[in-house]
Amino acid sequence: MSTSMTDRSAHRGLPPLLEVNDLKKHFPIKAGFFGNTTGHVYAVDGVSFHIEKGETLSLVGESGCGKSTVGKALLRLFPPTAGQVVLDGKRIDDLSQGQLRPIRRRVGVVFQDPFSSLNPRMRVKDLLAEPIRNYGLAKNGAELDERLAKLMDLVRLPRDAVTRWPHEFSGGQRQRICIARALAGEPDLIICDEAVSALDVSVKAQIVNLLQDLQTQLGLAMLFISHDLAIVEHMTHRVAVMYLGKIVEIAPRRSLFGAPKHPYTEALLSAVPVPEPGASRQRIVLKGDVPSPINPPKGCRFHTRCPYAFDRCRTDEPELKQTQPGQWAACHLHDLPEASNPLARSLPAAA
Amino acid sequence: MSSTTAPLAGRAALTAKDVAAAAPLPDVMQPKTRRKGAIGYMLRHPTIAIGGFLLLIIFAIAIFAPFLWTKDPTALAPVMRTRNPSAAAWFGTDMLGRDVYSRVLYGTRVSLMVGFGVAFFASVIGLAIGLVSGFVRWADSIIMRIMDGLMSIPSILLAIALMALTRGSVGNVILAITIAEIPRVSRLVRGVVLSLREQPYVDAAIASGTSTPVIIWRHILPNTLAPMTVQATYICAAAMLIEAGLSFIGAGTPPIIPSWGNIMAEGRALWQVKPYIVFFPAIFLSITVLAVNLLGDGLRDSLDPRAAKRV
Amino acid sequence: MALLEVENLQTHFRTPDGGVNRAVDGLSFSVEAGETVAIVGESGCGKSVTSMSILRLIPEPPGQLAGSIRFQGKDLLKLTEREMRAIRGNEISMIFQEPMTSLNPVLSIGQQIGEALRLHQGLSKQQAEAKAVEMLTLVGIPAPDKRVKEYPHQLSGGMRQRVMIAIALACNPKLLIADEPTTALDVTIQAQILDLMRDLKHRVGAAIVLITHDLGVVAEVAERVIVMYAGRKVEEANVADLFRNPRHPYTQGLLGAVPKLGSSLEGETERLAEIPGLVPSLKQKIQGCVFASRCPKVTELCREVAPALEEKAPRHVAACHYAEREAIAA
Repeated sequence: MSTSMTDRSAHRGLPPLLEVNDLKKHFPIKAGFFGNTTGHVYAVDGVSFHIEKGETLSLVGESGCGKSTVGKALLRLFPPTAGQVVLDGKRIDDLSQGQLRPIRRRVGVVFQDPFSSLNPRMRVKDLLAEPIRNYGLAKNGAELDERLAKLMDLVRLPRDAVTRWPHEFSGGQRQRICIARALAGEPDLIICDEAVSALDVSVKAQIVNLLQDLQTQLGLAMLFISHDLAIVEHMTHRVAVMYLGKIVEIAPRRSLFGAPKHPYTEALLSAVPVPEPGASRQRIVLKGDVPSPINPPKGCRFHTRCPYAFDRCRTDEPELKQTQPGQWAACHLHDLPEASNPLARSLPAAA
Repeated sequence: MSSTTAPLAGRAALTAKDVAAAAPLPDVMQPKTRRKGAIGYMLRHPTIAIGGFLLLIIFAIAIFAPFLWTKDPTALAPVMRTRNPSAAAWFGTDMLGRDVYSRVLYGTRVSLMVGFGVAFFASVIGLAIGLVSGFVRWADSIIMRIMDGLMSIPSILLAIALMALTRGSVGNVILAITIAEIPRVSRLVRGVVLSLREQPYVDAAIASGTSTPVIIWRHILPNTLAPMTVQATYICAAAMLIEAGLSFIGAGTPPIIPSWGNIMAEGRALWQVKPYIVFFPAIFLSITVLAVNLLGDGLRDSLDPRAAKRV
Repeated sequence: MALLEVENLQTHFRTPDGGVNRAVDGLSFSVEAGETVAIVGESGCGKSVTSMSILRLIPEPPGQLAGSIRFQGKDLLKLTEREMRAIRGNEISMIFQEPMTSLNPVLSIGQQIGEALRLHQGLSKQQAEAKAVEMLTLVGIPAPDKRVKEYPHQLSGGMRQRVMIAIALACNPKLLIADEPTTALDVTIQAQILDLMRDLKHRVGAAIVLITHDLGVVAEVAERVIVMYAGRKVEEANVADLFRNPRHPYTQGLLGAVPKLGSSLEGETERLAEIPGLVPSLKQKIQGCVFASRCPKVTELCREVAPALEEKAPRHVAACHYAEREAIAA
């Protein structure tokens, strides 16, 4: 791939590669003979973030928090209800599908399930050739073959594997094929929607390493959607934590994992089982379940489970506020004096 | 794992005598070698083999009917009326003296034509409607309400009504039954399309810049063919039965054409005394429908991906 | 005598093309009363097949079991189906991964908990319902007398898994097999269920066989760990020993492949250790060590001679020719 892609990450002063402003996706609930709308699922309800060139931003949260919906709305697999999506300075959320098609080249996607992500009736070469042909990246058969070979090299599969069918590969190998397909259009951004969650431990490590290598090699930006906090911490530059369709905290990796500023982030981190027997950690076990996104709680959406909730949380909805450079959290605790703020601790010094 | 290089010297010295080998494990079951190729496939799917074999014979009968010692199926012979089966007339003769054996053999042609004709046209039209319905949101509810309406009428009644509007001919019979069968196919295709649309590989294709017609052609259509094929066999069998039923009540193939339904209709009056006139076409109809259904069941089992996942 | 003694268990399956899939091949282990043993491994290593084999839930054919599974001295493989039914759900019970599909949608929670009680302990309808309320209280479901009349779709995933645990514990089993009990749950709900399991372990006293792929869950709940690979046991040790001093290269690889939470606080994160290659097909007989094709320390000897499970340290067994020497060298 071209040299301009590799040194892009050096230019940090430029506008961000992707900017998302107040993105909303409400799914109507239809019922009855005439399919009347009886309510909405507020899957994504006002999400804003940006991704720099060559940067990894992770979206984390539990199932139903809307993180996958964000990814799919960015890919325009369904139209967003409201909000702006700006790719490299150009608004793309208001384009028609036809206008959007050539721009899709710049965003690749890898989904969770490597088995259903590949059409079982297409050979690997046809699967990979599809985006190459769509974007007119190969003028003739020889150029196509050359690109296919390059893609297979990138994801470290044997070149002659292109003539085989998806069912001849294992889960990890299929995920490599999916990554190759995502790279076929020479994108600037890859959306990984739980891309390693379905894989076995040893294979997961292979794919995580591959993604990291590709990112440095190709200067890719990545939106890494995952519920696996340990993998996220390993991979990412910045993290956005979602709860019930909203971002509750967004921060650089070290700040978020070292000194979370939202009670939900804190609880999420403490809930992850750690492979160290006898590790004495103070665990915050949240009460109850995530409320329904059809009827989210008034005020702060987390107040029904928050161990620190006070009166204001039940009525006022907190907004994302900067608590430290780069670290934003949506929590009223930070308006309290520092002595009565349980999340006021600062980041431990680097070891 | 930094120690991997250090004990290399010691490792080289280690031989089979120094280590504890695991006790060999007994074989719980022996692998069976299975025949490959067509014969192996037939052995593993006996329903396909039996159904296919029967259907092959029936097709041969239809094609070679003139050479299978038949007479003109429409030739009247008043002297030879209602003769019992004998060496001269294997299945006997009917009340106009026509040879039942010849009529039944020629009737095979009508049944197969109707069965396969309806299966083909209903599949193609149903596939198109199902694809539109599965992809065009606003059209979906309109199409499906129409299909619901069609489905609420028993297909034989619908066919009778359609036949009443047209002149009796094999082509019109095929048309009438096809219209009656379309809702079933389009519902099936719509269901398959809706589930395929949710597949991540379709999302991935959209994200790869593939246009909607290409997605339908390349990603949706090939994956609907397996369930369609199975459904087509069932429609084929149903169409044959409906054709016989229509002819039997006089609303189907014109009486001049020997079809199984017609033969049975003509033999109905003499059922008490000359049961063979009804018996032979009925047996042929049953065997043909059975063959097609066996083939359909076999195909379903063979194409069902869940069956392939059995450990 | 141990509560459960599995010896040389082999569970093989006939594949559709006539071959043999050696899903579990020569597995031996034992579980003492009241103990929590985890079986870990990646998908296809045979851990779930093992749990199904213990309960004799493997359909035969295509499956075929060999070896022995002695529960309280009785060989379960020699029992009739009728005798086995008296044990399932009564003395040995099971929790499955998917709380959505493991409950019957048309029966109320109370009926499902009461079913086993009425069947095995001959309780009346009223007694069974009273006991169901008691069980729901035990697993921490709020308003149990109301919940007992509800249906599975009215409960969240975490609540359903609590109900599954209540059903499993209703008859006071001696052995509870939990097959990936928290895998389908979200992190915060998983934490609740793990807390509950730890708490119940002390209160109920049943032995637990925990089947999981999640090393974090193992570290939090288990006392002893069995590592399975390609249908065999490759290592077994106390949980602390295993995590601190893994002897088998596969276990070492697994532990290296998992990033630790908090890694970013200790400077730059390291590259994850990969285990190269793929799990070998179980359809061929494997000569030599099952891990030889992926092992970083493999030698000719490994490919020829299958290593026996040897005690490399007190109560710490591993099936590797080089494990002991490595440990001494390191």
